[in-house]
Parts: sequence; C-alpha cells; structure tokens
Amino acid sequence: MAVDNEIVKNIAYLSRIKVEQDKLEETKTEFNKILAWVEELNEVNVDNIQPLISVHEDPIVLREDVVTVENSSNDVLANAPQKEFGYFAVPKVVE
Amino acid sequence: MAEYILESNGEKWEIICGLEIHCQIISKSKIFSGASTEFGVDANENVSFVDVAMPGMLPVLNMECVKQAVKTGLGLNAKINKFSQFSRKNYFYADLPQGYQITQEKHPLIGEGHVSIDLSDGTTKEIGIERIHIEQDTGKSIHDIDPKKSFIDYNRAGVGLMELVTKPDFRSPDEAGAFLRKLRSIVRYLGTCDGNMDEGSMRCDASVSIRKVGETGFRPRCEIKNVNSVKFAMQAIEAEAKRQLEIYEKGESFEQESRQFDPTTCTTKYMRKKEYAHEYRQFPEPDLPPLVLTDEFIEEIKSQLVELPDEKKRRYISQMGLTAYDAMVICENKEVAEFFEEASDGHDAKKVANWLMGDFFAMLNKKGVDINNSPVSAKNLGKLVELISKDIISGKIAKDVFEIMSETGGDPEVIVEEKGLKQVTDTSAIEAIVDEIIANNPDNVASYKAGKNNLLGWFVGQVMKQSQGKANPGVVNKLLRDKLDN
Repeated sequence: MAVDNEIVKNIAYLSRIKVEQDKLEETKTEFNKILAWVEELNEVNVDNIQPLISVHEDPIVLREDVVTVENSSNDVLANAPQKEFGYFAVPKVVE
Repeated sequence: MAEYILESNGEKWEIICGLEIHCQIISKSKIFSGASTEFGVDANENVSFVDVAMPGMLPVLNMECVKQAVKTGLGLNAKINKFSQFSRKNYFYADLPQGYQITQEKHPLIGEGHVSIDLSDGTTKEIGIERIHIEQDTGKSIHDIDPKKSFIDYNRAGVGLMELVTKPDFRSPDEAGAFLRKLRSIVRYLGTCDGNMDEGSMRCDASVSIRKVGETGFRPRCEIKNVNSVKFAMQAIEAEAKRQLEIYEKGESFEQESRQFDPTTCTTKYMRKKEYAHEYRQFPEPDLPPLVLTDEFIEEIKSQLVELPDEKKRRYISQMGLTAYDAMVICENKEVAEFFEEASDGHDAKKVANWLMGDFFAMLNKKGVDINNSPVSAKNLGKLVELISKDIISGKIAKDVFEIMSETGGDPEVIVEEKGLKQVTDTSAIEAIVDEIIANNPDNVASYKAGKNNLLGWFVGQVMKQSQGKANPGVVNKLLRDKLDN
C-alpha cells in the first residue's frame, strides 16, 4: 500500500506528533521506503503457520489479589507539571 | 411476548438492538497493579506508577480478575477460552496515561454464551452473548471546576473491567431492560460486579437499528453511549428507533455514529462519528504473554458457583409451590432470596412468599429501608406465618401483630403472648358470645331465618368484634350456622 500525504497527516494526528507541512513529502517517502522493506517479508512462505502472538516463551505470571499501593497522591503527583486539589491539572479536554 | 412494532404509512418496522456492557470487576487491587480499587477516597490516593504509566513500569495480571471473569462466563453459560491474549487499543485522552488501553481484541477470555430473560407477561427469551473480555478502566476527568483546565483523578484508572457484548437479539426496549436486570442479578449473585448502574460500576451502550418486518440483513445502526440506568436504556432505545424511523419516513438516510441520550428530553443527540476500528491500531500487547488456563483452574471455579436466579426460580416453583411471578420477583435480588429462604425454613413457603410480596414489601417501601435493614427479621416473619398456620392467631390479628413487629422489631410469639391475642378456639367461650349476640338481635335473626342469608356475615362480624378478633372464624361460623339454621 502506497502512503500518501493524507495518510501521513492522519497518522501524525493519531500519534499527536506535529509534522510540519514542508516535512510531509520527506516523511511520506520514508514511510514508503520502510513499507517496501517490510514487504520483503511477503516472500516468505507462511502457509500452514500460525501467526506468532507473543515472543515470550514463558507462561504468563499471575499476581495474588493484594493491595500494595495506598495513599499514593504525593508520590504520583511528584512530577506533575500542574496539580490542584490533589488532581492532575491539564489543559481543558472536552469531547 | 407481544411483538414490539413501529408503524408508519401502513408499513411495519422492527427494532434490532444489541448491548455492550462494561462491568467493574470486584477485586481488592487493580487488574494490572497493586493499587487499591476502593472508591470514595481522595483523588489519586489509589494510584500506582503502573496506572499512570511511569517509564519502565510493567503490568502484572491479577489472578482474581481472571477468576471473576471466568466465574461470570460460567454464570452466563458461556464458553471459557483456555487461550486468550491481551492487546493494545491506542488512543489519546487525558484519562488514559499509557496512550493505550490494555484490552483483548482477537482472543477474548470468554466466548459465546446465553442468558434467559424474564418478560413482563411471564414468558422467557434466550439472549445470545457474543463475548466477554477483560480490560482496564480509565481515570476520571472533571471539567467544571476550572474554566481553562480539566482535573484528572486516576483512582479508577486500571480497575478491572469485563466488557460483555450481546448478539443483536433484542427486539424491544423491554427485552433490553429485562436483560440488564437479569445480568445485574447474576453478577450480584456471583459477587463479580456490584451492578450499580447509577454509580457507574455497570455501564451500558446500546446499538440500535430498525428494519421493515420481513427484511433480511441490517440497516445502519447508531450506538447510544453510557446510559446509566435500566429505565434510561429502555427510553433511549425507543427514542433512537423513532428518530431513525422519522428519517426513513422522509426518504432520507443517516450515517453510523455515536449518540448520547438526554433523559430530560427523552431524545438522543449526536456525539461523534463512529470511529473506524483501525484508527485504534490494535496490536498484541508485548508486555503480557498469552493467558493460558488449565482445566483444573476452570473446574475449581465451577465448583464454587452458587445457585443462580434461574435455578432458584425453578426450585421455588417446583419444590416450594410458588407462582412463576412470585418466584421471579423474589429471585431477582439475592438478599431477598436469602431472606425468603431463612423465613420459610420449616414453615409454609407459599404463605411466607405471600407475606413477603404483600405486607412486608409494602412496609419496606413505606419506611424507605432496604431488606438488610428491615425491622422485621426473616426468623420473626417465619414465626408469624407459623402462628397463623397453627391457628394460634387469625390472619386479621396477624396483620396487627405485623404492624407491631415493624415498629418494635419484636418477636411475634412474645407479642401475641403479652397482648393476649391468642385465638379463642374454646367452643364454650365462643358459644357464650354467639348466644349473647343472637339474644340481643332478634330482628336480624328473624330476617336471616326469612331468607336473608347474607346476614350471616354480619353475625360473624359481631362475634369477632365482641371477642376482639380472637375468636377462631371457623368455629364462629360453625356455631352460628348450627344455631341459626335450626
């Protein structure tokens, strides 16, 4: 699939990364190069092979249901750029 | 159940509706971190570094959340997938610090199942469950404190959720309402979710489309987001179906979109275009290997299952002689069913059910208390029924005793003893009263003998009054007939 400037803009928006207008062409070319390279994988015959879901060989480790964190406010807010009344304060976000 | 059909210009339309329900899992700690799930504490007090996605933090799955979801799946007659896998659903919002939600896309923990719903006409209908997967809840944003800022509380971020998706099996708002009530009842019985829709621990989205009766395939649908009560869900489905019909009536069409229900106007309004699934760019969660369950794990949970409302209902009808309606009402709420079982233990269950459904519920309503805070205990209600069954008090006196019990919380046996309310079955004592009444009312006696048979009731009333309600009505009736008819 060839990537065009619209797709680059949309991906940039979804990722909340600012791509300047004059960088669109360059980014598009890069995307297409990467895709072309990945396309090479299509040369491998994967008939009758289950998709790999995880590279972990070990089984999942489950936790007991125990509370280890309480009264966390000071710790989690320590690096917050803005905090008020114990909340993280962020620029207004209303859908 | 009567069909629910919308009519327009002589054409018949039916509703096609499916529900998506998020249930907060009951567990002490969150699904991927050790932070407490307790609510009502100050903002950000129950937040671990995992929940706010500090660099290097990794999720570790809470075994309890898995067990709770499996238990729920078993309670909904669903297939438990021994292999399931987490995935990342990517989107940006301030209440989601990771920038993605850990959920299960392609391989959910629970597969297809089915639930039987109880409709208002006493019939039942099977509703298909498509899947249930487990995922993280988000934080909460508060927009109305500051004009330029939003405040975020992450106490809820990372609490375990079960997302249940039904098949598009609902054909009326009533069916959807009945399903929500049934699901709430089942998760409460299981103890896997507290089911409080008004507090957001159970949240419902309804997907609604309509089509002409006889048409195959589906027309575009709209999803009504976050409806927070059973009543609103039913109203929202009805309002949305009517809105769609009006559009078709005008010969117009509409696009698939998300809408919001406004209970004050009983209408749905535009929220946003339906996001395309691929915009979430889901991919397998690299931080968590697949979840693989053993048969032993599932069997262990199966062995701990409690008796669910449907089984209870069947038992109440077949073994205890209750009507289908009484059994349904009593079983819907676990606390009510427990109260009923304690009250009817060793006593006449049918009579206990009658008292429960009648005077008892009326008393709770009047006092505005729930069954756990009832002044009349289950044991005492059972004793009261026993006093009636044994002819120690009459049904009429029992109502007075119940009145006292609901004020004082007292034991009916003690009340009857202290107030001297025991029924008089001693024939000679009653006979004296009967003779007195007959002697003092020669006119009525004459009328009765002349054929006014309904005067017997008047005589019974007089004797009962004279005995302050304590005479056994059966004995009174027999004595009066013996004396008046001869």
